[in-house]
Amino acid sequence: MTALAGWGRFRPVETRVARIRSEADVAAALAAGGPLIARGNGRAYGDSAVSPGATLDMTGMDRMLSFDAETGVLEAEAGVLLADIIETFLPRGWFPAVTPGTRFVTLGGAIAADVHGKNHHLDGSFGAFVDWVDVMDAEGRVTRAVPNTELFGWTVGGMGLTGVILRAGLRLKPVETGWICQDLRATQTLDATIDMMEATLRAPYSVAWLDCVTTGPMMGRGLVMLGRHACVNDLPPSQRSRPYHVPRKPTVRLPVDLPAMALNGLTRQAFNALYYWNGRRKPGERLVDWQSYFYPLDAVLDWNRGYGRAGFVQFQCALPQHTAREGMHALLAAIAKSGEASVLSVLKRFGPQEGRFSFPMAGYTLALDFPVNDRSLALMETLDRITLDHGGRFYLAKDARMPRAVLEAADDRVTAFREMRAATGAGARFVSVQSERLGL
Amino acid sequence: MSGRVTGPVLILGATSDMARAVARGFAAKGCAIQLAARDPAALERDRADLETRYGVAVSLHRFDALEVEGHAGFVAALPELPQVAISAIGLMGEQSENAADMTRAAHVMRANFEGPATILGALANAMEARGAGTLVGISSVAGERGRASNYVYGSAKAGFTAYLSGLRNRLAGRGVHVVTVLPGFVATKMTEGLDLPARLVAQPEEVAQAILAAVERGQEVIYVRRIWRLIMAIIRAIPETIFKKTSI
Repeated sequence: MTALAGWGRFRPVETRVARIRSEADVAAALAAGGPLIARGNGRAYGDSAVSPGATLDMTGMDRMLSFDAETGVLEAEAGVLLADIIETFLPRGWFPAVTPGTRFVTLGGAIAADVHGKNHHLDGSFGAFVDWVDVMDAEGRVTRAVPNTELFGWTVGGMGLTGVILRAGLRLKPVETGWICQDLRATQTLDATIDMMEATLRAPYSVAWLDCVTTGPMMGRGLVMLGRHACVNDLPPSQRSRPYHVPRKPTVRLPVDLPAMALNGLTRQAFNALYYWNGRRKPGERLVDWQSYFYPLDAVLDWNRGYGRAGFVQFQCALPQHTAREGMHALLAAIAKSGEASVLSVLKRFGPQEGRFSFPMAGYTLALDFPVNDRSLALMETLDRITLDHGGRFYLAKDARMPRAVLEAADDRVTAFREMRAATGAGARFVSVQSERLGL
Repeated sequence: MSGRVTGPVLILGATSDMARAVARGFAAKGCAIQLAARDPAALERDRADLETRYGVAVSLHRFDALEVEGHAGFVAALPELPQVAISAIGLMGEQSENAADMTRAAHVMRANFEGPATILGALANAMEARGAGTLVGISSVAGERGRASNYVYGSAKAGFTAYLSGLRNRLAGRGVHVVTVLPGFVATKMTEGLDLPARLVAQPEEVAQAILAAVERGQEVIYVRRIWRLIMAIIRAIPETIFKKTSI
């Protein structure tokens, strides 16, 4: 037995870890009986990928099976990391069409959480670029699910609760360089931030960092970061012969858990202010390498230790377009009032998406992180309520603490999801600590 | 022999976690890879992986370490005599069973000593005739001193380590280099479920990088994590009268 938690290191649970290297290993784990859940690289923040029974560590099942240079379709096993895909295919001119804020996630995990990136408003979520997915069901049968089928619809965003994702076909996107043309714009208020995002919907990538420490009229001021993949001609002439080459980013590790104090209210306020002013000083367009643009936090390999032993929790909700502006004001006001500043507060415009169980919906999403303590947990209950009042929903890949009643009130798709689980037999076998907590 | 590895690299016992990591390490350098195992069909996905990731040529070969009569034929049938041949063959077994059942004990000894030694011997002869090549034997720190907890496996590894040492001595000056790898604990199928101190456990990728470096630099005996050199020096230095009462 091993004590295992999600990336937030909040409330570890004793589980039996089985290291998976092949489809046969998954079948054997199923045949052994009991509840189980597949786990990728453990980057879900909460308890999505920890089972009260067996947790299948899929990172050893990480073979790339084929690549079609005409269509850009990569066929690979579920444990392949996005980082490996980039390392292998960026030099050949391909990049993931959708990427979350870390490249250290597995293909299977990205499908299960149906992750989104900075281009959701135009391109949709990760699942939009999945051609097929092989899923092993409770009986050990493998089905190749393709878009517009029940199994595919439930599996993309289904948090591993339809079966074990074994392999998938992923469409990569052609890029001319490893660089992003970034356009950084500072805003003075929350309304200005939202206006700016609405006015720049044609930018391929768009995301805003919000200062959620400052109160008063400046509340919600931020930095809107727009971007597009650079063409060869965007690069300085000296770099055009090696368009995919970017300077090696050094990565560091935190050797120890920082004391919880390290990211206390004061340092978080200082960080928010500094980040804002630093961004304000150098607005406008510039070339940024792909690592710095998409994965700034990956430079510190285990940044989750920065929050101390107790860990941290993320809060991420999505609000529909018609209530988003009002709802974001209410959320930020509640945070400011509580004094529990989030270190990183990220606002993102979502485009339309009608997934069976996926998180995104047309509107806005706000992601926050807090060190675990009584005050932040109380604040998140307030944020839950504000989200419900505005017709929003919650991101299960981030969740570690939501009560069942909140999910049920937020998401009327839960009933159908449960019925599907009961009908296919998945409900009895594919169980995470999260699915138990939420009664999925 | 040292320098850049370019030619084909043969990996014996290619289904293990360490072997997979080693194959990726050499393929990333652009080397053609020859994978050999009892059931080559099980290697099809690994071939696909190496070809897709690194665009190198990969061939699969049926090989049984315990069929010593077949070794010469196996070497002759390779599409090309490899520049580097690596033995990742090994079988730990359960010490309690190895101690009780002599058929099992003999099997573990053959799988860790006889098989790997004889196939490397056959390859050594071919490389000596060519006047170039590198042989890598993945042995074990367990062979440095016999301990109650795994002496059957350990004694076979001790034999293999001595064999590699002799082979190196014989082939010095003949263009053939021999690397002995003593990895210590590695996070693989073999050590799964054992409660090991994390500082002493190397990842298979670390072993692969250490082997790659040893081949390129012409190193002789390598421990993957340096601390193992110290640990084994201490373990070897303990007088037998004391050692016999310990349970390490």
